[in-house]
Amino acid sequence: MTAESGTAALSIEGLRLSIGGHDVLHGVDLSLEAGRVHGLAGESGSGKTMTGLAVLGLLPHGSRVSGRIAFGGRDLLGMPARELNQVRGAKIAMVFQDPATSLHPMLTVERQLTEHMGHHLGVGRKEARERAAGLLAKVRIPGPEEALKRYPHQFSGGMRQRIAIAVALACEPEVLIADEPTTALDVTVQAGILRLLRGLCDDLGLAVLLVTHDLGVMSAVADEVSVMKDGLVVETGPRGQVLREPRHPYTRSLLDALPVPPGENSP
Amino acid sequence: MSPTSAPSSRRTRNRALRSPLARFLVRRIVTALLLAVGITLVTFVLTNLVPGDPVSANLGQRALGDPAIVAQWRADHGLDRPLPQQYLMHLEGLLHGDLGTSQQSHRPVLDDLAESVPATLELAGAAILVSLILGVGFGVIAALRRDRLSDHVLRVLSLIGISVPTFWLALVAFYVFFFRLQVTPGSGRIDPGMTPPPQVTGLYTVDALLSGRWDVFSSAVGHLAAPALVLALYTIGLLTRFTRSAVLEVLGQDYVRAARAKGLPGRVVLFRYVLRPALVPVITVAGLAFGSLLSGTVLVEAVFAWPGVGQYAYKSATTLDLPAIMGVGLVVGVVYLVINLVVDVLYGVIDPRVRVS
Ligand SMILES: Nc1ncnc2c1ncn2[C@@H]1O[C@H](COP(=O)(O)OP(=O)(O)O)[C@@H](O)[C@H]1O
Ligand SMILES: [Mg+2]
Repeated sequence: MTAESGTAALSIEGLRLSIGGHDVLHGVDLSLEAGRVHGLAGESGSGKTMTGLAVLGLLPHGSRVSGRIAFGGRDLLGMPARELNQVRGAKIAMVFQDPATSLHPMLTVERQLTEHMGHHLGVGRKEARERAAGLLAKVRIPGPEEALKRYPHQFSGGMRQRIAIAVALACEPEVLIADEPTTALDVTVQAGILRLLRGLCDDLGLAVLLVTHDLGVMSAVADEVSVMKDGLVVETGPRGQVLREPRHPYTRSLLDALPVPPGENSP
Repeated sequence: MSPTSAPSSRRTRNRALRSPLARFLVRRIVTALLLAVGITLVTFVLTNLVPGDPVSANLGQRALGDPAIVAQWRADHGLDRPLPQQYLMHLEGLLHGDLGTSQQSHRPVLDDLAESVPATLELAGAAILVSLILGVGFGVIAALRRDRLSDHVLRVLSLIGISVPTFWLALVAFYVFFFRLQVTPGSGRIDPGMTPPPQVTGLYTVDALLSGRWDVFSSAVGHLAAPALVLALYTIGLLTRFTRSAVLEVLGQDYVRAARAKGLPGRVVLFRYVLRPALVPVITVAGLAFGSLLSGTVLVEAVFAWPGVGQYAYKSATTLDLPAIMGVGLVVGVVYLVINLVVDVLYGVIDPRVRVS
């Protein structure tokens, strides 16, 4: 919707969704750009997660979608399952809310980091292993070589989320959807994860959709901010504009609920 | 990497023992051995608590009247020693494969068991195999096709399997399939005119295959089919239901959605991400179910005249044949032990978290 919408890495247009006859999304518009973090805020139940899942075609049973999700000149919504599976994890990756449950508890970190490399990139075992160690270093897991042999439960929550981010980055995707990646974590490690995402976005030129119900999180890292309410994006724009001069009363009420006004602590 | 081979081989041996899985297995096996000793103690004590007098069961009327003969017999069988010493003698006998002499068949209990145990193992083993294949298979299908026709049909069938009493089913199956329809051969392990295959494992099906006796093999399978299916029906139903709910639960897990988000092929997601974790609760239930399946063999063996441990145990119990009862108790205890060991080991193999803790 902004001036540079021509360079959008991914754009969602008029996305509607009903699950089992119950309307969840009423025409969501969002656009992500390479090298930019797009923050998506809104209270829980407003449809943020469903918007992210719709992009990857992972909606729950009984879902009916319409609209358009444009990626690489194609509409993901109409894409055959087989082709969509080649986009998932390879071109568009997702990080989920709770790293305690989003990693397979019975597989080693190495296995989870490398299994999709084989499918998407066709790299051999040895090369995949080297890449996996490199990825762990990139997300700042200490002792990457040792960490590869371990299982998720042997790591702390923050470390697990870093591993999940490494898994998402393994096939060098263009788009990263992070669904409340810090909500389930201790406050003390949240900032580290956000900084990591910001850094990856800048270094790798990723287009990041950072979903959160926390506008405070948003103000720290997002370039663009969209606010959702009841299945609709009610406000979208550059961070400074949305957070300092909100136009929609709902955004204003969210900002008023924050303990510290977001404009003051952001750099 | 290492300059000489000797230190490197030592290092690999150390590493083998340091591997959590190896340590876990060693720990479990040691525990099982200790429990086996416990079982011998329990069977010994229980048998000695039974209010029966082995002297009067073994000696004739006239011999019983002569105190000298009675005392001699008791001394010969160590019955005049204190119980702990009797237990040690019993253990020593066990180590030499001496389970005593059956008062009924007047043969060593070991020989009796060597005939009846393989018969029951063949029956129960076939039932367990069928239960695992069908129960787990049906459960997975029902879960993947949730709320569709096949799911509903399988759920009704599994409910029937759980509710029908085994002894009734055994009688009905024997009557319908043998007397009425004559599609199954009658009782016993093979056709009456046939000679059993040379004993290697004691399982007729396996021994027949080993000796290339195809006629015996097909006869043995035919005789096995009806009692094994009757015995398996309950566990098939149970496993279908448990597998279904376990798979459904795993299907709703975040990591399954995460696996799809990685773009893994459907079959990888199914086997690696859904079935492997779902098997953990299924294995627990399977272990318990197979325990109850063993007690079902007593009835099924009686109906199908299957010469197994169930029949032997029943006969020994009604005649207070103490050495035989002790032998059967030992066998049953060891079988339960093995089932538990297998369940534990499978846990450790499937779920690495079990090994580490
Ligand atoms: N599996 C589901 N089946 C039916 N409705 C669902 C399901 N998951 C979520 N919803 C509905 O979709 C709406 C949006 O949910 P969600 O996208 O998870 O919200 P958010 O992520 O913003 O908290 C909610 O009102 C919820 O009731
Ligand atoms: Mg959500």
